[in-house]
Amino acid sequence: MATEFHNLQELRHSASLANKVFIQRDYSEGTTCKFQTKFPSELESRIERTLFEDTVKTLNNYYAEAEKIGGQSYLEGCLACATAYLIFLCMETRYEKVLKKIAKYIQEQNEKIYAPRGLLITDPIERGMRVIEISIYEDRGSSGSSSGSSSVSGSTAR
Amino acid sequence: MHLGVSESMRECEYSQISTRSSTPMETPYKKRTPKKRKWEIFPGRNKFYCDGRIMMAKQTGVFYLTLILILVTCGLFFTFDCPFLAQQLTPVIPVIGGVLFLFVLGTLLRTSFSDPGVLPRASPDEAADLERQIDVANGGTGYRPPPRTKEVVINGQTVKLKYCFTCKIFRPPRASHCSLCDNCVERFDHHCPWVGNCVGRRNYRFFYMFILSLSFLTIFIFAFVITHIILSSHQNGFLSALKNSPASVLEVVVCFFSVWSIVGLSGFHTYLISSNQTTNEDIKGSWSSKRGKDNYNPYSYGNIFTNCCAALCGPLPPSLIDRRGFVEADVPQLAPPTNGITIYGSTQSQQSHTAAATPLLQHQSSEPVILTTSPENGGTLPGRASLALTGPCTSLPLGQPTPPTSTSSLSCHEAADKLPVHGHTLTHNHSNPLQESLFQHHFLTPEEVPSPPGMLHCGSPMGHSHTTQAGFYDPASQDSLHEDSVRGLVKLSSV
Repeated sequence: MATEFHNLQELRHSASLANKVFIQRDYSEGTTCKFQTKFPSELESRIERTLFEDTVKTLNNYYAEAEKIGGQSYLEGCLACATAYLIFLCMETRYEKVLKKIAKYIQEQNEKIYAPRGLLITDPIERGMRVIEISIYEDRGSSGSSSGSSSVSGSTAR
Repeated sequence: MHLGVSESMRECEYSQISTRSSTPMETPYKKRTPKKRKWEIFPGRNKFYCDGRIMMAKQTGVFYLTLILILVTCGLFFTFDCPFLAQQLTPVIPVIGGVLFLFVLGTLLRTSFSDPGVLPRASPDEAADLERQIDVANGGTGYRPPPRTKEVVINGQTVKLKYCFTCKIFRPPRASHCSLCDNCVERFDHHCPWVGNCVGRRNYRFFYMFILSLSFLTIFIFAFVITHIILSSHQNGFLSALKNSPASVLEVVVCFFSVWSIVGLSGFHTYLISSNQTTNEDIKGSWSSKRGKDNYNPYSYGNIFTNCCAALCGPLPPSLIDRRGFVEADVPQLAPPTNGITIYGSTQSQQSHTAAATPLLQHQSSEPVILTTSPENGGTLPGRASLALTGPCTSLPLGQPTPPTSTSSLSCHEAADKLPVHGHTLTHNHSNPLQESLFQHHFLTPEEVPSPPGMLHCGSPMGHSHTTQAGFYDPASQDSLHEDSVRGLVKLSSV
């Protein structure tokens, strides 16, 4: 049964989903979008701390840029108000532009850094900007290898 | 027979993995129904129009009243007063009136129809992860865990973040759960029945523009109708002036009463904006100096101008709920159980929530099937015969024998020859309104109800059980249930 199940999984993924780590929001600076850079223990054996922290810090910078209150955002706000917000039918808001940049960045990070290590980052916008979800996959062949310190272990089930 | 088993198992497992948000009767391999948009399965109590483009609260009666009042008053003004005023004074008056009217209408519709900043509910895996963390923090003891709060220091001020039982998230600061719409809303100001929607982060500026422009419009109409009557009475006398345009009287009355409330409200919100507070915070006195000497508003930028600019001209975040997106057919699920009960139980019994998932995925688990409250201890389930158990189910070995427990009616495990526990949920929770449970069901997916691999073999019951299972998930009210089930689960798995 387990084998058949794995065959099914293989239809969708080349590896099976073992665990998910959630990076929560950091509210120490108010309601602006910022994620905690604390390195989760489940990823200790999967990825270098610096790489992870770089990713999160870059994401935080992107979000800060999107939510920045300054000359450009005022201009956009006033222009939008003056045109009764109809201008957004043709134009994208700055926030949306930055979100696109973020999506591209995450995809690039996944391809270059995370996927080779059996990890996958989900764009926070798909989780309501609450968390950065990192899925940990386990190789089919190496079912014995741990995908995280406390995690999947065939042994604990027995 | 063996082939039949694997066939049904594959079907079971496939449906188990697939979409979180599929309808009860929909199974992936059937693909009879067209793809649904996310607004159709939205768990809150909002109403959607124009295929998800428009989002409003459930009660919209007062909104129509607002609309009618504005349209009728302005209509009367333009029809009866403007010709006279344009002639006697200047044609600029109707033009300004027209611009104001359009602005009021635009901002009203924008406030009413847009997403106020609803926070989507936590995905099952997130909820499980949070539950696990909370459990660890509490030490895993006690039937009733203490109220779930998290403290965070923002700009030197300690703010408590509350856990929302409905949405299964820790609310961000300034967010609040609207009981009318059953959603958590970011920077929740208040629920306004007059606009038929919540006022939150994404539509606060429109709301403010609406009440500000409405105050100007009301004062404008009031002033010019009075002017019209006065000028008219100079020519013809007061009473005949009133007789000539009876509409003016109605307008004056409406505007007179509106002015006090609307202008007052505008003034209040101007104060709120300049101090960067929400109505919610102001009413509760969260940042009032009366609470303590060191109590101050950590979100304020310090000066009025910056606060105003930030509230009105700041960046507009996009909607987080993606109303018009399509429901994804398959989302990789980590833990099949979607409610705290099973995951919780699994966690406890396996010491890591991942183990709960992986046994399911990879090998037979000793996890009890489901948690429910019907206090059946082991014995047969004749009453649950609604779910037929196929042959293969009975022969599947489960990890451990299951001793009878008081609350977790997992008699299914006992001998692996019992009916799936799915049946239990039906009896226990039939009291829940089916509608609500279906809603919850959509959100939580019954496929995610955990079952040991053995259970997966029961292909046909799965489809049937979906609707029945739906009823049993009700987070807030079943907290104690969680605990009971957990106890039971722990006992079971420890044998």
